[in-house]
Amino acid sequence: MRDVAVVSFAQSATRRDQTRNEVEILLPVLREAMEPTGLTTQDMGFTCSGSSDYLAGQAFAFVSALDAVGPWPPIQESHVEMDGAWALYEAWVRLQHGDIDTALVYAFGKSSPGDVGRVLSMQLDPYVVAPLWPDAVSLAALQARSWLEAGHSEKDLARVVARSRRNALGNPHAQLSGDVDEEALLDEPLYADPLRKHDCPPISDGAAVVVLAAGDRARELCDRPAWIRGIDHRIDVQALGSRDLTTSASTRLAGQRAGVRDIDLAELHAPFSHQELIVAESLGLEESRTTINPSGGALASNPVMVAGLVRIGEAARRISAGEGDRAVAHATSGPALQQNLVCVLEGT
Amino acid sequence: MAGNRAAVLGTGQTKHVAKREDVSIAGLVREAADRALEDAGLSYADIDAVVIGKAPDMFEGVMMPELYLAEALGAIGKPMIRVHTAGSVGGSTAIVATHLVQAGVHERVLTVAFEKQSESNAMWALSIKIPFSQPLVAGAGGYFAPIIRGYIRKSDAPLDTGFQVALKDRLNALKNPYAHLHQPDISYEQIAESPLLWDPIRYAETCPSSDGAAAMVIGSEAAADASERPVAWIHGTAVRSEPTMGAGRDRVNPHAGRDCAKAVYAEAGITDPFREIDCAEIYVPFSWFEPMWLENLGFAAEGAGWKLVQDGVTAIDGDLPINMSGGVLSSNPIGASGMLRFLEAANQVRGTAGDHQVANASRALGHAYGGGSQFFAMWVVGAEKR
Repeated sequence: MRDVAVVSFAQSATRRDQTRNEVEILLPVLREAMEPTGLTTQDMGFTCSGSSDYLAGQAFAFVSALDAVGPWPPIQESHVEMDGAWALYEAWVRLQHGDIDTALVYAFGKSSPGDVGRVLSMQLDPYVVAPLWPDAVSLAALQARSWLEAGHSEKDLARVVARSRRNALGNPHAQLSGDVDEEALLDEPLYADPLRKHDCPPISDGAAVVVLAAGDRARELCDRPAWIRGIDHRIDVQALGSRDLTTSASTRLAGQRAGVRDIDLAELHAPFSHQELIVAESLGLEESRTTINPSGGALASNPVMVAGLVRIGEAARRISAGEGDRAVAHATSGPALQQNLVCVLEGT
Repeated sequence: MAGNRAAVLGTGQTKHVAKREDVSIAGLVREAADRALEDAGLSYADIDAVVIGKAPDMFEGVMMPELYLAEALGAIGKPMIRVHTAGSVGGSTAIVATHLVQAGVHERVLTVAFEKQSESNAMWALSIKIPFSQPLVAGAGGYFAPIIRGYIRKSDAPLDTGFQVALKDRLNALKNPYAHLHQPDISYEQIAESPLLWDPIRYAETCPSSDGAAAMVIGSEAAADASERPVAWIHGTAVRSEPTMGAGRDRVNPHAGRDCAKAVYAEAGITDPFREIDCAEIYVPFSWFEPMWLENLGFAAEGAGWKLVQDGVTAIDGDLPINMSGGVLSSNPIGASGMLRFLEAANQVRGTAGDHQVANASRALGHAYGGGSQFFAMWVVGAEKR
């Protein structure tokens, strides 16, 4: 495979943004990511984005966002109705052809205008499950219950949350951060048994942009590119009754295919606390060896359709800054970790 | 574009109808996928990845339906990608699948596109008014009618050009068992006298709303060489996009469409498309788009596309047959309509197009467009390796 690297990354601050629409959130982030490369939209060999019409509440939500990119004269462009991590995957595939050397990847999403938990119910089997309106938090709680009954402890959940809040103190883009006491977390009331509110992600609006480049072009554009050494994604059956919720078969398989080993730092897209432990276990990560979610992860900010791409960007940014030599980034989609993407990045 | 060779190993589609009430969405896509695999002589176990496309999720009312459809399409434990590029999506989806093979990532990829319009209401889904955005409660016809008027004014095309296209496509559809509209009694007068919906578009010049799915298996050179079935070699693919708004835009003859055609011809080694392409399936949701796209695609000089229509050049027995299957005017499962164009082009060069086969077709174009005439996807397929 051709060597492809992340050479630039930018993200918006994440919050409930009541004044700006998707295009207005995206535009400054695009500028921030492209400026250090000196590239324009027209210089990019390929552009690919990820977003969801159901979050925007409007068909063709990606069309107006593309206007922000400025595709004039026309550009080579595509869009996935998926988290931006999969847009990055499509761009990586496109760069393998060898006729182009750069690609622009972006994702955007506003969860705050609607009831995102109920909106995500629309992902379920439309005939027999969705009409019951099981919301995203309740489905995650079912998974958490199953995971606890497999012999885990609520203390593990509190530990994940406390670390996320602590790490997020160093992340200016995070929505939730702080020095919190693990014992105090367990005194909080249950929100969706067995999950407490802090086990669930905040409602976030946001955008993220990654610039990819291949080979020598990457070396020209970045002092220490974050090279993609392996990238793979897999999907599990959706029905919760048809799979073991205490593990993630698709994450394990994608991790093996992407070559997860000797990892210095990991950015895992786990919107719920127990999911971080499931993903880490499925990837064979040990906290004694690997720094997990140094950004705070999706518990600190979770712009839906964006948070997976942010994991790749955060991991790449830290590799480029020399904080590690080998990182893994993970993205998820669908109820209870149904679909998972794993990307291994290296500094050399 | 550089990359490994790739070919279409098999194709499948459903019979397109207004309402498939006998199957779920999963049942619909499974039917097309089963047929594509059977046509390729393969099974789900032979497939490395699934690439699925459809137009806006609100057309069925299911958010990211590929998550729920993964099981029906045999994708469990495999990579699955969902593409959405507006009306061009069926074409873009086939191109993403092709690129996975050309990049050397996979050997055999199943690609599927669908729309089950009867599950919801596309006109409603296209007309939602959200705060702070420009309302456009006119549907697609209301958007495209002024563009057609612009074409007529610029080209001085005879006003019945659209009727001729509609008549040709509906007659072609009678040769295609999968087409939605089968109107054995269709006539020029019927079309000319049908109600005027959006001046100058008459009812009989518009596409139907269909439930339907299309599927193809795309394979590597090794997979194609190993196949006992006829294959279609993919000689070129291209996509281009331009903005919705902009003073410099020419909606009649879009810049992105011209660029996309140039790119796909260059990759396929074509210098004179009219002579070198034997037939084409192009995305014509309203009859007048046939002459407009003939010009945009370089088959005719600007302002002269209507002459090919009026002279019968685009008839199934003409010099450049267009939409032999009956086209979008005869079947429109929106998300699948672009893939159907690509699929029908592949079947022509495989020699498997049945009653609407063009004799000795060895090179064909598949074309899709979407949005406000701003997203384009095209491929050129051939009977021989290139």
